[in-house]
Amino acid sequence: MLNIEKLYFNHSSGTSRRNGQEDILKGVSFKIPAGRMTTVLGPNGSGKTTLFKCISGLWHPYEGTIFSGGRDVTKLPAALRARLIAVVPQEHDPPFPYTVADIVLMGRASHVALFSAPSQTDIQAADCAMEQIGISHLRRRPYTKISGGERQLVLIARALAQETPILILDEPTSHLDFRNQILILSKVRDIVRQNGLTILMTLHDPNLAMQFSDHVVMIAEGTVLAQGLPAEVLTPENLRLMYGLDVSVIHHNGINIICPEAAL
Amino acid sequence: MQTEPKIKKILPLLILVSPLVLGWLALFIGAYGIEPFDILSYLFDAIFNPVALDSGEKAILFDIRLPRIILAGLVGIALGGSGVALQGIFRNPLVDPFILGVSAGAAFGCALSVGFFPHLPVQIAAFVFGILSVLLTFTIARTQGEVSRLPLILSGVIISAFFTALVSIVKFLVDPQKLQSIVFWLMGSFALAGWRTVGIAAVGIALGLIPIILMRWRLNVMSMGEEEAKTLGIRVTRERIIFIAASTLMVSVAVSVSGIIGWVGLMAPHLVRMMTGPDHRSLVPLSMAGGAAFMIFADTVARSLTNIDIPVGIITAVIGAPFFIYLMKQGGSESWGR
Repeated sequence: MLNIEKLYFNHSSGTSRRNGQEDILKGVSFKIPAGRMTTVLGPNGSGKTTLFKCISGLWHPYEGTIFSGGRDVTKLPAALRARLIAVVPQEHDPPFPYTVADIVLMGRASHVALFSAPSQTDIQAADCAMEQIGISHLRRRPYTKISGGERQLVLIARALAQETPILILDEPTSHLDFRNQILILSKVRDIVRQNGLTILMTLHDPNLAMQFSDHVVMIAEGTVLAQGLPAEVLTPENLRLMYGLDVSVIHHNGINIICPEAAL
Repeated sequence: MQTEPKIKKILPLLILVSPLVLGWLALFIGAYGIEPFDILSYLFDAIFNPVALDSGEKAILFDIRLPRIILAGLVGIALGGSGVALQGIFRNPLVDPFILGVSAGAAFGCALSVGFFPHLPVQIAAFVFGILSVLLTFTIARTQGEVSRLPLILSGVIISAFFTALVSIVKFLVDPQKLQSIVFWLMGSFALAGWRTVGIAAVGIALGLIPIILMRWRLNVMSMGEEEAKTLGIRVTRERIIFIAASTLMVSVAVSVSGIIGWVGLMAPHLVRMMTGPDHRSLVPLSMAGGAAFMIFADTVARSLTNIDIPVGIITAVIGAPFFIYLMKQGGSESWGR
C-alpha cells in the first residue's frame, strides 16, 4: 500500500550533509502491507517523528520516494494527499472550544471546495465516523472539556471522516492511561478489520506493538533495524540492540510478553 | 437547561438585527434633539410621507446622521470581520487588525498619500502599507512553522510603533494645513461622513468581505495549526494570503474613511464567540454584525455624550483596553502561552 524507498532527510533540506548537519533518515526503506496494522518502533531520537512528517507531506526528504498506487506521495499537492493519507495527531489543545462535531467535520476539508461550506454529504460522513467510533453522544460537547482518551477518539473519528485508505497515527497512546491505551488500540484494530484500512502508527511500548500489530518496523539511528511479524522482530536480541537493555520474552497463554530482566 | 436551546436559536438572530435596530435608534439621538415621543411619527413620515418632514430635520436625518450611521456600521463590519479572520488564521484570540499593526501601517499609507502624494488614492496607499505591516508582524513572530501567541502580539506592537513613528515623521514634514486634518482623522472619527465616503467604503469593504464569508468554514480548520491544516488538505500558505489580503483590504478602506479605530476587531468576535460558540460558519457573519452594532453604539456615544464630537477611537479604546485586560486575566496562563 505504501512503499517507502531509500528515504534520506536532514534539516538543511535540499542536499545532503550541508552545514555539516547529519542525516536524520539514512536510507529508510520498508513496505507497509495493505489492510494491516504496521507499527514503527524506535527509541527517542531514532527518526520516527521525522519519518512520519515525511509521510504526512509536512517535511520533504531530499532523496527517496514514498509510493502509493503508482503515485509519489511526497510530490502530491495537499488536497490530493489528504484524500490518500489521514493523519491522527496526538491529542492537543485547540485555541477555540470547538464542539466534537465541528472537529470531526474538519476531516472533510479536502472534500470541500475553496469557496464553499461542508455539504449535507460531508455532515453525514462526519456523523457516520462518530457513530463508528462510538462518540456520537459527545457531539455537542466542547472538545476542550473532554478527557484525553475521548479527544484521541475524536481525532480518529476525524481521520475516518476523511475517507482515506491509509491512516497514520503518531503515538496514539502517549498521553493515555492503561485502560485508554488498550481501548484506543482495540478501536483502531476493529476499524482496520471493518473498513479494510491500512494503518501505520508509532508506539513506545513494545508490548502494545506485540499485541496490536500485524507488522513491526524497528528503527534506530535513522535506519531500519528489522521488520516483519511482531514475534519475529521483537526478539531479545533486537530489543537489546535498539534500547541497549537486556529483556526476556515470556510466553504465556499464547501471548508474548516482553519484560526487562533487571533494573538498570 | 430546557430553555437553553431556545435562547441559542434566538441569539444569532438578535445579533444579526442589532445593527439595524441600533442604527434606527441612533438616527434620533444627537445634538439636535428630537422628542422621544415624536420618534414614531418621524418613523412613519420617513417611510410613508417624507415630504411632511421639515427640510432642516430632513437634512439632519438623511444627509448627516444616516450616512454617518451607515459608515459606522460598514467600518464595524470591516473591523469585526477582519478581527475574526485574523484571530482564526493566527489561532490567537488576542489579536485584531489594530494589535497586529495593520491599522498603523494603513494609517501611514493614508498620511503619506494625504501629505505628499495627493494623486495616489488613499485606499491603495493604505492597502499597500497595511499588508506590508501584517506580513512583517507575521514573519517576525513565525518560528518553525508555528506562530506563538505572545511573540505575535509583541511583534505587532513593534510594527505598530514603527509605523506610528513614520506617521509622526509625515506629520512633522507636512504643511500645517494638512497637519490638522491628518491629526483629527488619525484619532478615528466619523464626523466627516457623507454619501460619497459611504459609497467608497461599501465597495471596498464588500470586496474584502465576500471571500471571507465564502471561505469562513476553512477558518475552523486553519485555526488547528499549520501542520494539522496541511494534513487535512488545506493549502495553508495560499489560503492564509487570501484571508490576510481580504482582511487588510477591509481594514485599509475602514482606516481611510475613519482613521484608526482600535479594539472593535478584538471585542466583537470575542463577545459573539462567548454567546454563540466558536464555529466560524456562524461566528464570521455574527462578528461582522456585532462589530457594526458596537461601532454604531460607540459613535452615537461619541457624538452625543458631550457638546463636542469626541473622536470615536477614544471611546473604543476606553472600553477596549479594560476588556483586553479582562480577557488576559480570564484566560490565565493559556492566553500567554502558545
